[in-house]
Amino acid sequence: MRRVAVAGIGFTKVGEHWDRNFKELFAEATLAALKDANHMEIDQLYVANMMGAHLQGQLSMGAITAEAIGKPGLPAVRIEAGQASGGVAFHEAFKAVASGINDWVLVGGVEKMSDLLPEAVTSALAGAEEQDYTAYTGVTKTGLSAILHRLYSHEFGATPEEIGWFAARSHDNAVGVAHAQYPFKLSIERVMTSPMEADPIRMMECAAVADGAAAVLLGPADKIEAGIEITASTVATDHLSIAARKHPLTLEAVKKAATKAYEIAKVEPRDIDVLEVTDDTTIDGVLSLEDLDFFEKGMGAKLVAQGATTRTGEIPTNNFGGLKARGNPVGATGLYQIAETVLQLRGKAGSNQIPEAKIGMAQSMAGVGSTCAVTILRRV
Amino acid sequence: MSVPRYWREEKSRYRLVGEECTKCGAKYYPKTPVCGCGSTEFKPYKLAEKGKVLSWTVIRNAPLGYERFVPYIVALLELDDGIRLLSQVVDVEPEAVKAGMKVEFTLRKVTEDGQAGLIQYGYKFRPIVD
Amino acid sequence: MKTLIRVGIVGYGAYVPMYRLKAAEVNRMWSASGEPVEEKAVVALDEDTITIAVECARLAVKRSGVDPTRIGAVYVGTESKPYAVKPSGTIVAEVIGATPSVSTADYEFACKAGTEAMQTCIGLVGSGMQKYAMGIGADTAQGKPADALEYTAACGGAAYLFGPAEESVAELEASYSFVTDTPDFWRRPKEMYPRHGNRFTGEPAYFKHIIGAGNALLAETGYKPTDFKWAVFHQPNAKFPINVAKMLGFDMDQINPGLVSPVVGNTYSGSSPLGLAATLDVAESGDKIFMVSYGSGSGSDAFVWKVREPIKHRRSGPKVKSFIDRKRYIDYATYLRHRGQIIA
Repeated sequence: MRRVAVAGIGFTKVGEHWDRNFKELFAEATLAALKDANHMEIDQLYVANMMGAHLQGQLSMGAITAEAIGKPGLPAVRIEAGQASGGVAFHEAFKAVASGINDWVLVGGVEKMSDLLPEAVTSALAGAEEQDYTAYTGVTKTGLSAILHRLYSHEFGATPEEIGWFAARSHDNAVGVAHAQYPFKLSIERVMTSPMEADPIRMMECAAVADGAAAVLLGPADKIEAGIEITASTVATDHLSIAARKHPLTLEAVKKAATKAYEIAKVEPRDIDVLEVTDDTTIDGVLSLEDLDFFEKGMGAKLVAQGATTRTGEIPTNNFGGLKARGNPVGATGLYQIAETVLQLRGKAGSNQIPEAKIGMAQSMAGVGSTCAVTILRRV
Repeated sequence: MSVPRYWREEKSRYRLVGEECTKCGAKYYPKTPVCGCGSTEFKPYKLAEKGKVLSWTVIRNAPLGYERFVPYIVALLELDDGIRLLSQVVDVEPEAVKAGMKVEFTLRKVTEDGQAGLIQYGYKFRPIVD
Repeated sequence: MKTLIRVGIVGYGAYVPMYRLKAAEVNRMWSASGEPVEEKAVVALDEDTITIAVECARLAVKRSGVDPTRIGAVYVGTESKPYAVKPSGTIVAEVIGATPSVSTADYEFACKAGTEAMQTCIGLVGSGMQKYAMGIGADTAQGKPADALEYTAACGGAAYLFGPAEESVAELEASYSFVTDTPDFWRRPKEMYPRHGNRFTGEPAYFKHIIGAGNALLAETGYKPTDFKWAVFHQPNAKFPINVAKMLGFDMDQINPGLVSPVVGNTYSGSSPLGLAATLDVAESGDKIFMVSYGSGSGSDAFVWKVREPIKHRRSGPKVKSFIDRKRYIDYATYLRHRGQIIA
């Protein structure tokens, strides 16, 4: 197995791109990545996309995006793993290079959610849940997180406000970020007075509908100057339904993927300088922090509220705004996380730079933890 | 909306019947092709029809087909036999739901394929009527 | 009518949904002042005749102790079938586990569809064709806005599992059906609401047929009204059953337990079946119950029930009173929403 590094990154602004289709967004991000890498040849393409089939009726995303970037004939395939499509597609790309089967692999994620009405998007997102006994109840993805949110408060005594701080913290980091969907602060008061989305989760605790694309070019580490190396890339799954899990407040998929990643990369949580976690809702972010082993189970919300994840805290998290503020174009999100981590490790994060960032971690998660991909990157 | 898919789940939903692995005794609802122990041998298992609420949410922005029921409650239940289930809880106001609230099975309409399509029924749970 | 094999009710179950619309609220809406009943029962957004029938059937099976695979028929009488074509009975039979060895059909005879279903089941068991057969009356009756019947058109039902008299909580002694073509109330297929003949629905319809069936059955059995502990009549409102009881020679004490219309409304095919259930909930072994249904179009089914010892042990779980006492009032707009009368 050979060492793999990031050669280039690229991404579009996250927002509602009414006038652009998914091919155009994908092309913008991927061409930017190839330009950033100063390398145009690729021998495999992975496209991360969750809902193109629902939202655009489009299958064959691999072939279509290969053609869209001017390379019809390129080996290409869509990777779908719910909202973890980005991280899991990255994992496939990593394996392709690490195994020696491919040299230069481009992995791009794209999602165009603004094409359909909110209730259709809600249904499409619920597609990541088991259909006949979970989605059949009429519960939504946010609803499932809300059930965990309430259980968490009940079990650990965290207040809804403490949990709500995750959104405010994410927003603090989006100020001045050119590619962020909502590049402004959001006060905890605004979060806690926003209308209920799925009780007890409020609207301002949830990432919004977004369009966007992000891409990464991977290659052999020894052929990339000043590359950022992938020191671990892992994936794990869990029972889809929270009813089938012994301890619903523990996201086993996150724990498994993280434990294996720390082992492979030979690092511990305290070695991580910059972190990107899945905060499509606040409680998802809190549980992720705990199951990635940064905080003890039940302490996450309080610690986030107290500032443990800010720029100057113990573990700077979601440093460009996370899913809530930078945005969550679902299938692309995992690649945004990786690209932003690379910017940090390169020292190119501008006013968002965490000083001396050497080791970064990105966690891409589907549903309430049915699939999780964890990536650890290191400045060489 | 698929008629065969609905029809396949009827007995399971209407009668709250799952299955039990004959090798290791693990219980599944809904049924699954392969047990965690590797066995493919199962026998029917009837779930308890009463249980309690562990946690819940109130859906205010519904997926397609459920809009006209908003707001509705979806809960994580623990049945009296220990099996956990996700289900709507009905016949109670959202403000009145409490952790530990005792509930029982009821059959209700879940959704329908428009005015002309099939009506889909399924289990929901309601506060126990004595 | 008498059966060859003695038949009885081996299990029964009733259901009333929890929402209530007060007559006062109807009056507020229309600036009117009627009060044929105090309030009526209204379904939840996710209830219909089938879910009501299922509730009743499940309770009846549970109380009977009978293995559902041995139930040979499920007949549902209603005038608010969720499907014009597709029997409600197949879903009920599937839920209770009576399939596939079962006969099923839906019955229509306005408000006496339930007792027609019961008559048929009595015939199946009484002839020996089936050991156990279930007849259900359930409705989510349609009330036309601003019409007199809007105060009373309500939702509810009851199910009766028939079997051998020796296993029953109440034996059927005799029954009678009295039918003429009397068009007092009807609904054409594409119409949302029925039409009715207002005062014509009284003397030539309701009263004529109940009294006709009632007197015929009394004559056939040789009983007098005083031989009965209880009496149940079809209850389209609070007044009619009280009047017809008096006209037949029954008193208020006899009809009181079964008189649920003042607080439930008219549950149409569920009406007298629900009244019978409320009566069985308090009856004692040896009590005789006189029951006469009425269905527009028109006709009446009359029954003589004799309550037996097992009643004491076969009415666990929710009684009619439990469902009546479980209530939440709704306003007129919410009522329209629940009844699917808002165009959206």
